[in-house]
Amino acid sequence: MLEPRIFKILQEIVGSENVTAEDADRLCYSYDATQQKFLPDAVVFPADAEQIALVLKMANAEKIPVFPRGAGSGFSGGSLPVTGGIVLVTTRLDRILRIDTENLVAEVQPGVVTEQFQQAVEKLGLFYPPDPASLKFSTLGGNVAECAGGPRCVKYGVTKDYILGLQVVTPQGDIIKTGGETMKGVVGYDLTKLMCGSEGTLGIITRITIKLLPLPEAKKTMLVIFDSIDGAAQGVSAIIGGKIIPTTLEFMDAATLECVRQATGLQLPAAAKAVLIIEVDGDKELIERQAQQILQIVAPLGVVETRVAQTAAESEEIWKVRRSVSASLRKVNPDKFNEDICVPRSRVPDMIREVEAIATRHAIPIVNFGHAGDGNIHVNVMIDRKVPGQLEKAEKAIEEVFAAALKLGGTMSGEHGVGNTKSPYLPMELDPAAVTYMKAIKRALDPNHILNPGKIFLD
Amino acid sequence: MSKHKNLHDLEDQIRQCVKCGACQAHCPVFAEHKREPAVARGKIALAHALLDQDLPLDERFVADMSKCLLCGSCFDKCPNLVPTDEIVAAARREIAERRGLSNFAKVVGQVVKRPGLMKIGLKGAGAVSRLLFRKVPQSSGLRLRFPAPWIAPDRVLPEIPTQTFRDRHPQFIPGGEGRPTVAFFTGCMLNYMYPQLGDALLKCLKFLDISVYIPPDQGCCGLPSITAGDGRTVEELAERNLAAFSQGEPHTIITACASCNIGMGRHFASLGERQAEIGGRVRDALVVLEREGLARKLARLPKKEQRIKVAYHDPCHLRTQGITKEPRALLRALPGVEFVEMEGADRCCGLGGTYSVYHWETSKKIGDRKAPGIEKSGAELVATACPGCMMQLQDIITRAGLPQKVVHVLELVARDLPE
Repeated sequence: MLEPRIFKILQEIVGSENVTAEDADRLCYSYDATQQKFLPDAVVFPADAEQIALVLKMANAEKIPVFPRGAGSGFSGGSLPVTGGIVLVTTRLDRILRIDTENLVAEVQPGVVTEQFQQAVEKLGLFYPPDPASLKFSTLGGNVAECAGGPRCVKYGVTKDYILGLQVVTPQGDIIKTGGETMKGVVGYDLTKLMCGSEGTLGIITRITIKLLPLPEAKKTMLVIFDSIDGAAQGVSAIIGGKIIPTTLEFMDAATLECVRQATGLQLPAAAKAVLIIEVDGDKELIERQAQQILQIVAPLGVVETRVAQTAAESEEIWKVRRSVSASLRKVNPDKFNEDICVPRSRVPDMIREVEAIATRHAIPIVNFGHAGDGNIHVNVMIDRKVPGQLEKAEKAIEEVFAAALKLGGTMSGEHGVGNTKSPYLPMELDPAAVTYMKAIKRALDPNHILNPGKIFLD
Repeated sequence: MSKHKNLHDLEDQIRQCVKCGACQAHCPVFAEHKREPAVARGKIALAHALLDQDLPLDERFVADMSKCLLCGSCFDKCPNLVPTDEIVAAARREIAERRGLSNFAKVVGQVVKRPGLMKIGLKGAGAVSRLLFRKVPQSSGLRLRFPAPWIAPDRVLPEIPTQTFRDRHPQFIPGGEGRPTVAFFTGCMLNYMYPQLGDALLKCLKFLDISVYIPPDQGCCGLPSITAGDGRTVEELAERNLAAFSQGEPHTIITACASCNIGMGRHFASLGERQAEIGGRVRDALVVLEREGLARKLARLPKKEQRIKVAYHDPCHLRTQGITKEPRALLRALPGVEFVEMEGADRCCGLGGTYSVYHWETSKKIGDRKAPGIEKSGAELVATACPGCMMQLQDIITRAGLPQKVVHVLELVARDLPE
């Protein structure tokens, strides 16, 4: 419970209509896409950086935890109020401040929804590539805080590769500017990069300066069906070895295809054991040539069938297959643990074999799909929580999946972040000295430990 | 007997929500409020908490559940296909059961249950409409002269005819031999307020030699009472429609109103086995006309020199069933029409049954987002496939000071058919 005195201060800062401690609101800001539930004591909806600074100053003085939240669509619990306290929602800061077509730079507030920003710049012939699956509803502030990825990252890189500068409210309530709007800049520590992926533990992002690219002229989508997962994996290596970096290189394993087949009635040859969805973008002539080269490269690798989209509608049909995956997984089991490990792309086949062995060992279905082009595989451990023992099995399997990814030179999270769901496993990946180094930064910036506590690190 | 599912019956569907938050991208109400209780994920969490007795059924719960258009956009795009519209409708019934119906819901119930009352009411309204309403310049609509409960003073309503559609026509209109027969579910708005839409449909069916049966005892589809949480009235209406459409051959049942289509289709079908059989035969008129080859036939007619620019608005209750191509195919085929796509064609008009009554200000905001798209399209007419959307769109256009008129696709098709 928040003291009435504190609630009154919050009302004075953000206005009484922008703070609530009603049970219904507390419940509605207690969850994210991980389906965990932690009730906050209050929820505030500040209008600008100044109000956020005042909230943090007060929270510091009173030692009340504050949890920044965008769309609440995270997959690692990053925005959850795990200790109770104040959830600070950034969705009122939702303006695109400017799009500079001369310098290819844009400035936005953190509550802008990613897809709405993309549509705005694309109207001007510009391009913001990062495309997390949640782009229709997740916010740019959340994307920066978690350093979101997406299918296009194989060619274009992740969110942090497009962030030139930030305005940040520090945990102690100062408003600082990091980076700038130039393409180069080496004055002082690169705090912009430090903030990217800091999961809201080091500051609250209130303004984002974004680098843009010219919008590619055209794109071409292909669906290639392989008779083995190895063929598909070798295809990925061969395409990139052939000096072609496609925009996306998405793969689906046999278990995924079976789910999609059952859920959507998708027609696939019986021999289909893996699928790659490959998209190239750029000049019209270039992509035609690249598409031909790609088909030649993969031809000897057990290709069962190829579908090349000739129209936008056909391209949409292919992407529909990929998008139907998440929902169709429910055919296997009702509860899903979606882990986003990442390995060097040449190790994707080894990783898939490891996962298959883990699934067999624990006798639970594990379905794999994802961004093969950059080695980022979504490993979905499918269970039914209602069946006794399954949750424990899943936890054991997940730990083994992480161990396998690390053994192959990978990481336990490519794009979702640590949050509170992966923090128990953190010591598996980071050595103690590195963790100490990180915690020293956190302690120096947030001595009272009020900003998003309980995330990344266990204590 | 028709029987609704209550919140307990929907517990599995409620649990199916994985809180991914995708609904935030598709909910017209959330786009205005940007607060979690306004969106499907929040409403499901609240309904879940009510079931688990973590939250009481209080004023706050009533207010949160009222903030839904039942447009079905979230259900349509939900990765886990959680039927939030059904869950909200069940929550509203739960509210009505425990706390009694709202006065407005009671009035709605009385009107939709008694066609006679509606007829007298509308006839009366027709006669006194000059007294009650004033004509809005540049539009085919009326604005209230004096304040009336539940009708916002700045809301534009259509002019009211003096004879209903069903009174104008016989029960059976024969088509060609060996040609199909359809049963026509007229719905209230078409029957009482827009009978000319029904006339247009009959002309189209005649052109295709299709016979039409118009069951005389049919009633309201029940959607107004579904949105008002009046389960008992919905069940009574369903009994009436069950009887009206159980007779004779199991013909395709056509509707010319998107909301009736979902009311007589999905919602009616959820009430029992026989209802499911009848609901399964419900098709939108434009879909039937298109499948019967009308677009093909129209496309063969010589194009007119003077063509009207027409844009199309997707009614949520068709769009969420995947019906977007057929209306456009018909419009494109018309010799007297130049079809233009408009930005935001798939945006909700903001009507949502009782929603616009309780939340008129937000309803207006949702609707007003359509205005720039309508203006930029350069269209002279905005066509749609739902009388409810027609009423709301004309209101939006009038408020924005735009010159467009709103029509039903059927009116344009009928106009271009050769005599």
